[in-house]
Amino acid sequence: MLKRLFIVFASSLIALGASINASQADKLTLYCSAQEEWCQLLARSFEDATGIDVNMTRKSSGETFAQIRAESSNPKGDIWWGGTGDPHLQAAEEGLTMEYLSPMRDQLHDWAISQAESSGNRTIGIYSGALGYGYNSDIVEANNLPVPACWKDLLKPEYKGHVQMANPNSSGTAYTTLASMVQIFGEDEGFEFMKGLHKNINQYTKSGSAPIKAAGRGENTIGIVFMHDAVQQAVSGFPIVVVAPCEGTGYEIGSMSIIDGSRNLDEAKMFYDWALSTDAQNLALQVNAFQVPSNRSSETSPSAPDMSQIQLIDYDFRKYGSSAERKRLLQKWDEEVSVLPQ
Amino acid sequence: MDSDYAPAAFLLVQGEKLWLSPVLILLAFPITLIGLRKSDPLFARGLILVGGIGFFWLFAQGFAIGIRGYNFSWLESLLGDLGDRQFGMGYGAMLCAISFLFMFTQGIAARGTVGGDVFVAGAIGGVIVIVLVFVGYPIANMLFSAFIDDGGEYSIGVFFTKFFDDRLWGLACLSDGRCGAAWNSLFLAIIVGFTTTMLGLAFALVATRSRFRYQRSLRALTVLPIITPPFVIGLALILLFGRSGSVTVFIADLFGVQPTRWLYGLPGIMIAQTLAYTPIAFLVLIGVVEGVSPAMEEAAQTLRANSSQTFQTVSLPLMRPGIANAFLLGFIESMADFGNPLVLGGNFDVLSTEIFFAIVGAQYDQGRAAVLAIVLLCFTLSAFYAQRAWLGKKSYTTVTGKGDAGMHPHLPRGLSIVVITIAVIWALFTLVVYSMIVYGSVVELWGVNNTLTFKHYITAFSVRIEDSGIRWSGAAWDSFWTTITIAGIAAPLTAAVGIVTAYLLTRKNFAGKQAFEFGTMLSFAIPGTVIGVSYILAFNVPPIEITGTGVILVVSFIFRNMPVGVRAGIASMTQLDKSLDEASLTLGANSWHTFRKVILPLLKPAILAALIYSFVRAMTAISAVIFLVSAEYDMATSYIIGRVENNDYGLAIAYSTTLIFVMLTVVGMLQLLVGRVQIGRRTLQGTEVRV
Repeated sequence: MLKRLFIVFASSLIALGASINASQADKLTLYCSAQEEWCQLLARSFEDATGIDVNMTRKSSGETFAQIRAESSNPKGDIWWGGTGDPHLQAAEEGLTMEYLSPMRDQLHDWAISQAESSGNRTIGIYSGALGYGYNSDIVEANNLPVPACWKDLLKPEYKGHVQMANPNSSGTAYTTLASMVQIFGEDEGFEFMKGLHKNINQYTKSGSAPIKAAGRGENTIGIVFMHDAVQQAVSGFPIVVVAPCEGTGYEIGSMSIIDGSRNLDEAKMFYDWALSTDAQNLALQVNAFQVPSNRSSETSPSAPDMSQIQLIDYDFRKYGSSAERKRLLQKWDEEVSVLPQ
Repeated sequence: MDSDYAPAAFLLVQGEKLWLSPVLILLAFPITLIGLRKSDPLFARGLILVGGIGFFWLFAQGFAIGIRGYNFSWLESLLGDLGDRQFGMGYGAMLCAISFLFMFTQGIAARGTVGGDVFVAGAIGGVIVIVLVFVGYPIANMLFSAFIDDGGEYSIGVFFTKFFDDRLWGLACLSDGRCGAAWNSLFLAIIVGFTTTMLGLAFALVATRSRFRYQRSLRALTVLPIITPPFVIGLALILLFGRSGSVTVFIADLFGVQPTRWLYGLPGIMIAQTLAYTPIAFLVLIGVVEGVSPAMEEAAQTLRANSSQTFQTVSLPLMRPGIANAFLLGFIESMADFGNPLVLGGNFDVLSTEIFFAIVGAQYDQGRAAVLAIVLLCFTLSAFYAQRAWLGKKSYTTVTGKGDAGMHPHLPRGLSIVVITIAVIWALFTLVVYSMIVYGSVVELWGVNNTLTFKHYITAFSVRIEDSGIRWSGAAWDSFWTTITIAGIAAPLTAAVGIVTAYLLTRKNFAGKQAFEFGTMLSFAIPGTVIGVSYILAFNVPPIEITGTGVILVVSFIFRNMPVGVRAGIASMTQLDKSLDEASLTLGANSWHTFRKVILPLLKPAILAALIYSFVRAMTAISAVIFLVSAEYDMATSYIIGRVENNDYGLAIAYSTTLIFVMLTVVGMLQLLVGRVQIGRRTLQGTEVRV
């Protein structure tokens, strides 16, 4: 017995207090908030271009934001690419991401730069997409529903149980919808619109693009989403028609930020510059991502919604991207809209 | 050597990080006790003191000194700036903690507590510590945030505002609105607990006590849902019964009615959960139904009871622990389920998904998540106590080791027809759902283009042979190997912890046993989403820094699934007569020997169930995993959810189908490895536990 005891003590003495946590050279941890293929392609192409190993995790922008915040005292990620701009702005506001001035900036569209400026250069635009909706033409036809063209059309009683949007609490897309309505119609009328819409909504989904995917599969009729998501479903072969609402519409700026406290800062900066180049942005076309790229020389798809034909509102990213305004609007939506009977 | 990661002993020699020196000194101290006899009071007192102080010091310094020096401002003002820092503990610290712990328990045992049994004292100490560290600490950490307001101050008011929220307790559904998530969850869980228990019991009875000819295939069918990622059942249900599902459209055409979205909401979740959790009820119940000693039933029949009287007055009451356990498991599983409500929930809010939204949503309201978790916990704990109260203090011991002979009587005829009918209908339904899953994996684009194709499998699992060897070029391989490895590591650990705990709970008496049981069951009652977030918060910072590693996944699986091992162990062990242990102890064996040579062999069904269940759960879990996966350690389920979000049902279902076959293979191999169960003569009649 004592002999055994002794062995245990002796071995524990030898092994006292070691930790295996060696850092390795030339790798990058990428948090990616776009669709899986795009993220994969991006990570692999960067590896091919630079020889740097990329660890990529794909999560929605809300989840990634939560993770970065939870990890803030000891960050694990290096760079966060993609996803709607608001959580990037919030992260910038909370100091979770770091300032960086890329040499690529002079090649970018103005909206990409203004996104950077409104965050103190902690984030930058990589693509943009306009809000709209899509409908399943088979179901509309089969049910003899009118064809919608404007936001207000969605309030028609014929559409009861036919409209789907994401829950603004969980989805950046849906929050953009809410903020756009407030900006298009004014706050009071905007909320009246949301209340009217609520009557027709069959489900508030978790993910921003889920409504149009459900519409594609025939589980839903009209989905309020970013138009590039709707185009993607149409291109994939689903009977989806994309609508740019007549009253004008809001838009998102997909963004990229370097996480403050990054353990591989040099690699993160390399990725940042590379992601703003035409080489990286042209990859979008290979994976049916129909957003408008931020580099002026990047190619755009013929299937992509033509941004010059869409009536875009002057979306106030600084105001509606701030935590305080966001919290206020969401709370108001929760209290005044989501509790109403349908 | 890098002073942030070097072993403490080297650092101390160089005069660095002197706060670690007490650890070293205390570890060496027991050498002075070597000359003493075990019965010497000094031996016991010395070990208790060294173990206790060492353990305390190890953790105290870990919490006090972090990556920015002292973690508490009062320490800094008391002792001045430290001018040094330390990161998380490593394997060496783990070994130290284990050493101190076992010194302490050895000391306790030497004093004569728990019969002076070193094994029992060590096991109790070990289980308590790991449960405290990996369940108590993160959960306490998380629950405290229920009382933190926006400014970061503690406040009771914040808790009550969030607790009495209408979204939680609203009763508008009685008129025309929507009810609160708490009522929804409760209602759903009761229905699911009830239906799964009834179906599970029907299956267990058909499988063991009927003349039904296809018992084996029935048993195989019941296992299918348990090895399926839960949301896959949801997807299959959508493909069948959704707005454009095959069945819905067929019926709508037939009767000329409008297809509806009836599936989304309570009906869909209920069907999916019943499909998913009936096998769990079955696994729990079959052990119990088989464990009921035929001797009692024979005695009843000898006393001229007819078969239905025997069943009602002898067999059924003896199955009560199993029935209660099955209900409890179904209730809790339903409460904590995340995948199915996510896919099928529609506007039917339940607590688990609400917690998820509170955390991942733009509001990021940790306090609200914590409050919701507390409500959820109250429900599950009430179920836990109700079950205990119902079982009471009666004896259910039937395997006594004293001439256990005889055959189970068959069911009364009427009952037999009913249960067989239920089982067959349910089996057919399961079959349809599963053929949908397989079919969905080999069509181009579900519902739009039904051309048969293997392209989804090729995308996921293609392999290229190159000069340098095999290249796993498919998109799914990375997450696949990670999942297999993590599940393979977690399963035996889970089973071991579970069975040891069950042994302590049923066989040993010690102070604080109730609290001990409560603690070990706690992690099961807490939904995965909360475990996920609390782990990220607690284990992202020193002293225990394991986020982003595979370790955190293994740990979360062990403590998520341990209660099932414990339950299975308890259910089987209450049926083993204590006289078996006593005989072994009387013959001079100690607890460890008795446990290994007598209890363990008799517990093979429970061990098998625990092993299978924990492996399968580790491969199919989603709710906690979604927070804990990292770029390096991505799991199959989180990958699949990503595909589902992307409307890529083909690949998602192809991957899931592959997982199902892999798990079937593993389950089969485990069965061979652990061996068949032979309790009594009736195994000769082909009723061995088949899973």
